[in-house]
Parts: sequence; C-alpha cells; structure tokens
Amino acid sequence: MMMSLHIDPAKCTGCLQCELACSYDNEGVFNPSKSRIKVFNFHDEGRFVPYTCTQCAEAWCLQACPVDAISVDLKTGAKVVSDSLCVGCKVCTIACPFGTVNYNASTGKVLKCDLCGGDPECAKACPTQAITYVDANWTGLERMRTWAAKTDSGPRATH
Amino acid sequence: MAWTGKILRVDLAKGTCKDEPLRMDWAKQYLGQRGLGTKYLAEEIDPKVDPLAPGNKLIMATGPLTGTNASTAGRYSVITKGALTGAIACSNSGGFFGNEMKNAGYDMIIFEGRAPKPVYLYLNNGDAKLVDAAGFWGKSVWDTEEGIKAKHQDPLIRVASIGVAGEKGVLFACIVNDMHRAAGRSGVGAVMGSKNLKAVALRGTLGVKVRDAKAFMAAVAKGKQALAANAVTGQGLPKYGTQVLMNVINEVGALPTRNHRDSQFEGANKISAEAMAAKRPDGKSNLVTNAACFACTIACGRVSQIDRTHYTVAERPKYQVASGGLEYEAAWALGAATGVGDLDALTFANFVCNEQGIDPISFGATLGAAMELYEMGAITSKDTGGIELKFGDPKALTEMTELTGRGEGFGAILGLGSKRMCEKYGKPELSMAVKGQEFPAYDARGIQGMGLTYATSNRGACHLRSYTVSSEILGVPVKTDPLVTEGKAALVKAFQDATAAVDSAGICVFTTFAWTLDDIAPQIDGACEGNWTTAKLLEVGERVWNLERQFNMRAGFTAKDDMLPARLLKDAAKTGPAKGLVNQLGKMLPEYYQLRGWTPDGVPSNETLKRLAL
Repeated sequence: MMMSLHIDPAKCTGCLQCELACSYDNEGVFNPSKSRIKVFNFHDEGRFVPYTCTQCAEAWCLQACPVDAISVDLKTGAKVVSDSLCVGCKVCTIACPFGTVNYNASTGKVLKCDLCGGDPECAKACPTQAITYVDANWTGLERMRTWAAKTDSGPRATH
Repeated sequence: MAWTGKILRVDLAKGTCKDEPLRMDWAKQYLGQRGLGTKYLAEEIDPKVDPLAPGNKLIMATGPLTGTNASTAGRYSVITKGALTGAIACSNSGGFFGNEMKNAGYDMIIFEGRAPKPVYLYLNNGDAKLVDAAGFWGKSVWDTEEGIKAKHQDPLIRVASIGVAGEKGVLFACIVNDMHRAAGRSGVGAVMGSKNLKAVALRGTLGVKVRDAKAFMAAVAKGKQALAANAVTGQGLPKYGTQVLMNVINEVGALPTRNHRDSQFEGANKISAEAMAAKRPDGKSNLVTNAACFACTIACGRVSQIDRTHYTVAERPKYQVASGGLEYEAAWALGAATGVGDLDALTFANFVCNEQGIDPISFGATLGAAMELYEMGAITSKDTGGIELKFGDPKALTEMTELTGRGEGFGAILGLGSKRMCEKYGKPELSMAVKGQEFPAYDARGIQGMGLTYATSNRGACHLRSYTVSSEILGVPVKTDPLVTEGKAALVKAFQDATAAVDSAGICVFTTFAWTLDDIAPQIDGACEGNWTTAKLLEVGERVWNLERQFNMRAGFTAKDDMLPARLLKDAAKTGPAKGLVNQLGKMLPEYYQLRGWTPDGVPSNETLKRLAL
C-alpha cells in the first residue's frame, strides 16, 4: 500500500520533536536546523504548522535536476536525493513550488524528505498525531470520520 | 558529550567576548544550569556586592539535556544575585532560547561588568560580538525581538531581552525570550538592565550530541510514554494548563486573596481554566490553543486572545492578536491577589507583563499590598496620579500594569516590590514576602508544607523550589494532609533536593508529576559521562541547595530571614477547610534544620559541608 505523510496543523503544539527526530535520524545529532521538516509558528494567530515535502507526483525537483540525482523510491514513492550524484547546483530548490528542497551549505548538497525509507521518524516522534503516516489514497479519512460524526442523520430507522 | 564543554565570557565594560573551556570537574559535581551556574557565580562574585553594581555577574546557563529530544529539554536559567532579594537568584525559562545557545556551541554565557552604553550580544555559531543597542533601548521586549530579527535579516534568531521595566530598574523585571517565556523571578531583568545589556540574540546550527545514543533514546522514549500516560502531564496540563489549579486551590481554601486577607476568592471560577475555555458573547473563547516549549511533549502553555470589544483592546489592535495567555500563578497574582475577576483584563495585564518584562507574581502581589494600603489611607490618589487603587477594579489593574511595565508614575513605586513599598508607607507588615520576594499562589495556612517551603527558599518566597502542593493537594507522589505539619520537614527537604537536580539538568520541573529521579537519571546518564544515578542526582541536588544557602549566609542572611509575615503566623484563615488555622512554621523549622544537617541557627555544619564536598 502506498503511504503518505499527513499533517494536521490543528493538532500541532510547536514542540519541534519532529525536527529533532528528523535531524537525529539523518545527521546523528539533535539539530533542528538540519531537519527536513519544519514547524512554523504563526504567533499572532496561535497556529503551528509543520511543513515538508509532499512527494508530489509531478516532482518538479526531479525533472529539473540536470544530473539525475533525484529519483523515485519505488517502494515508498519518495523523491530521494543521491548525495553522490548531487552537485549542489540548487536548480531543484528553484523548481519546487513549495520550497521543501533546501541547500545545506555544510555539505554542498540539497536536503529533502525521503520518508526515511518508509518509516518516517517525524511521525513516530509527534506526541499529538499532528503528523501521521497513512494510506496515500485515504489521507482524508480521519477528517471525514470527524465530520461524519457531526452529521445529523435525522430520525433513525427502526428495525 | 551533551555538554558542549565551552562557555562564553562577555566583559561588557571592555566589550570583549572570549571562549573558555567548561570546568568539567565542576560539571561532574553540579551537573549544569542551576547548579553549575550557581557554582560559577559563587566562585566569581562577592556575595555582598550590590546586585545592581557592575561587580555582580549575570549567567545564562543550559543543562546537559538542553537541546536533546528528551521531553521538555529546552530549559535555561539565569543565575545572578537578585535585584529584588539580594539573595541568590536562579530563574528558569522554557521557550526555544536554551536550545539555540546549545546549538550555538555553548553551555553558558557569563556577563560581567557594565557596558558604557546600551548593547546586545549577537552570537552566531561561536562568533560573538556586542552590538550597539541604541535603536532598541526604550523599546519593549516584543519590539526588540522583532527588531533584532529584522536587523539581521534572520527570522530564525532566538532572542532574550528586557523591556523598559528592566532598563528602568523595576526590581521584579524579568528576562523574556520567545515573546512570552520568562526567566521571571527575583529581578534578573533589573540586573541585566543595570549592565546596559538590552538583549541576547542567538543563532545555532551546530547540533547536540549524546554519549550513548542507544541507551539515551531508550530512556527518553520510556520517559515520554510515562508523561503521556500520566493524568496530569498527559491530560490535565495540555487541556487546562497550570490554570487547572485555580478552582482546586480555591476549594481547599488556599487561594490567597486581597493581599492574603482571605484565602478563598469569590471570583475564582471567573478567572479559571474553565472560564478560559468557555465561549464568550463574541462566539470565541479566551483560550486559542495550547502550546509547547522546545521538545516538550506536555504542552501546558496557553495562547489567548482578548475579546476585541473589551475596553483594554478595543482601540488597540496590537493587543487583539493571539499571544501568551494566563498561567495559574499569573492569573492568581493579577486576579485573586488584587480581587479582580475580569478574565480579559487579567489576560491584557499578562500580555503587558510579557511585553515589558515584569514578573506577574511579584507585580500582582505588590499591587494587592498597595490596594490594602490605599484602603487604609496610607496611599492616596495623590500618590497614584489620580487612579483609585480599589480591590476588584480591573482598570486599576490594567493601568498600573502599563505604568509599572514602563517604570512610570506610581508604577515606579510598585516597581520597588512590596517590601520596599510597604516600608516606604510605614506598614512593613503588609508585605507578603520572604527575603523580599512575594509569595506565589498558595496560602501557607491551608497548605502547611508551603510555609516551610517559602521560609527556607533560597531565592525568597517561591513555589518552584519545593512544590509540596504536589503531595499535599494532588497526591503526587504520595498524598499528605495539607493541614498538618507532621512529616513536612522531610517532605520539603526531599522536594528541594530533587528539584535542584532537575533544575540543573535542562528539563522542566513539570515532568516530575510523572517522573521521579529514577526516570530522569537514565536520560542524563545516556547523554553524559559520569555514571549518573538517582543517588548521585540527589547528592547534586543537596549540594546545590547547600551552596545556595552558603551564598546567602555570606551575603548577610541568617536564620531570622527564614520567616513568614505575621499575617500567616497570627491571623487565622477565615473560611474553607483551613478555617481557624495559621501556618505553624515554628513546629517545622527546627526539624528541617536538623534533617539538613544544619545547626539550630540554620548554618550548614562542617560535617554536612564536608559530606557534600563544599
């Protein structure tokens, strides 16, 4: 089954455990600045929003890469950067409409979410289920269930 | 590991910033943050120094766990000689500033001397410099934080700064980071202001490592599970915040009201967590959402928004946005202590406390004392610039908050704190304080252990030095009777030592609703060299406590200062379960000294000092 990272900002408390988990898994240190997922704090609205690559099917980053350093992981659907091929030209960072591919000056390569090979650390670390890893075809299931529960069905049929 | 092994020493007079290796021998004895910062301060300053003189130093210190993914591991503390108290001060703050310091490569920053003109420190990954703060002097915390980010064109900078209150020497000024997290008590912001240091701006991308990753991650995961499963940390605090206590403490008759004249507040329900969550006429609630500090899986923080038609904000769009909402202590001080039951007025006052950097506990308590002085005629509207300081008047509260935040008018008098203010008006007995610091939100007549907690707290009256409320009211870790004194000396000592260890680690004391040191030791041991066990942490805690006590004795404090105001010792509670009771400090204190290994005069014995390697 194809899975997808699903983000529900309403549940996010802004604790950054996702950033810590991401940086630790990828870099071996706790370092939010090296995280592939980023939590934004819209202070005046009291909103926290985690944001990362949605692994879009169009994959502009992949198409833009001049050295074919970005490929599709067939198991997960993730668009994965090969460090050995990446030349740090940053064209992918321009191509991505969402800004979720970023250059890492200390390595000279770009960073993006690779879904941790199918077991995303951010989702496991999230204490409030604001980030989950769910069936890619049913990312709306929980929200549908919530609204379904609120639906007034009128008088119930008797059996 | 976990420690960066490096400190930054900033000489404000000379304008220099120098790296120094961390004294690892001290780190093994004092762990970090509160303990280690106090050790450095005690070694480096004369305890008799005037807190606002250049000879005082101000230390910002992280703990070894700060910056890791241990739950709540984002704390830092400010250690200095307190402006309000003249005693050792150690004020702890969450938010995201502590993590940034660690990622910038430092365990602590020591500020010494006084800058010839206002400056701020800009520290980016080991590159430190003092920058002219002329453009920020006179500005609020909020404007300073935004202004520094804009000036450096870096929205990811983390800032801790003082508002106008700290510049003007309001003695309970605090240091605010991340807009509304504060190193709140004892006037650490006034010390920062006396040094002409407006702000500390940090940017760190270096990463934090741990000693044994596998052991550390296992201990951290177990700790997080325990927090999630616990009713207080897993449900009560995220849903209601610390404000869950308002109705509980009022019910047990321990909610100090109108300068401790009463111990139950008829308006408690109107300023409670339940009121914050309730729908207003505008269809919204005061509470917008809960929020977490760095790495915190509890998320007790409140984000609030005031009704746009409320008198405090109707003409002032700047305050109509969501911002840091009421915690229990602030709601008590701004509300019950002043008799004000208007939730939005309290929320506004809280915003202003954050905006200008004043401690809402000491401010609200001092205003409560001023209201009593006003009622008896010792203060008149001539003193207050025409403002009537009547108990229960929300406008008196909000106007005085703004004046005090700017250190203007009668706000400058309130900014002296209740001890100096009550002395000024010839009624010293009306100051509800210990060692010059105002009580927080628990009446020691209804919670006996808190009387001993306040009397013996090294930084003046404080709930965070030994929160026996946890045992006496909430039953954690075991339920004790709040109305009796038996066993409280041992309880207070145990809480004091354990809390000192937690405050030295880089994590939040709120974890201890679910964790004991048995849960914390493996996390520290996984992160740090030194075979950290529960027993070793308790020893560190006791060592820190005695070091703080030693500092205070050298500063001139004696057992006479381990004292409560006569009101709590002589005037019985009028209502509630504690009706007819006073605090029986005299029954607990001698036993406490004995358990501490101190002389009957409260002096640590040579044996005790030797045992603790002091």
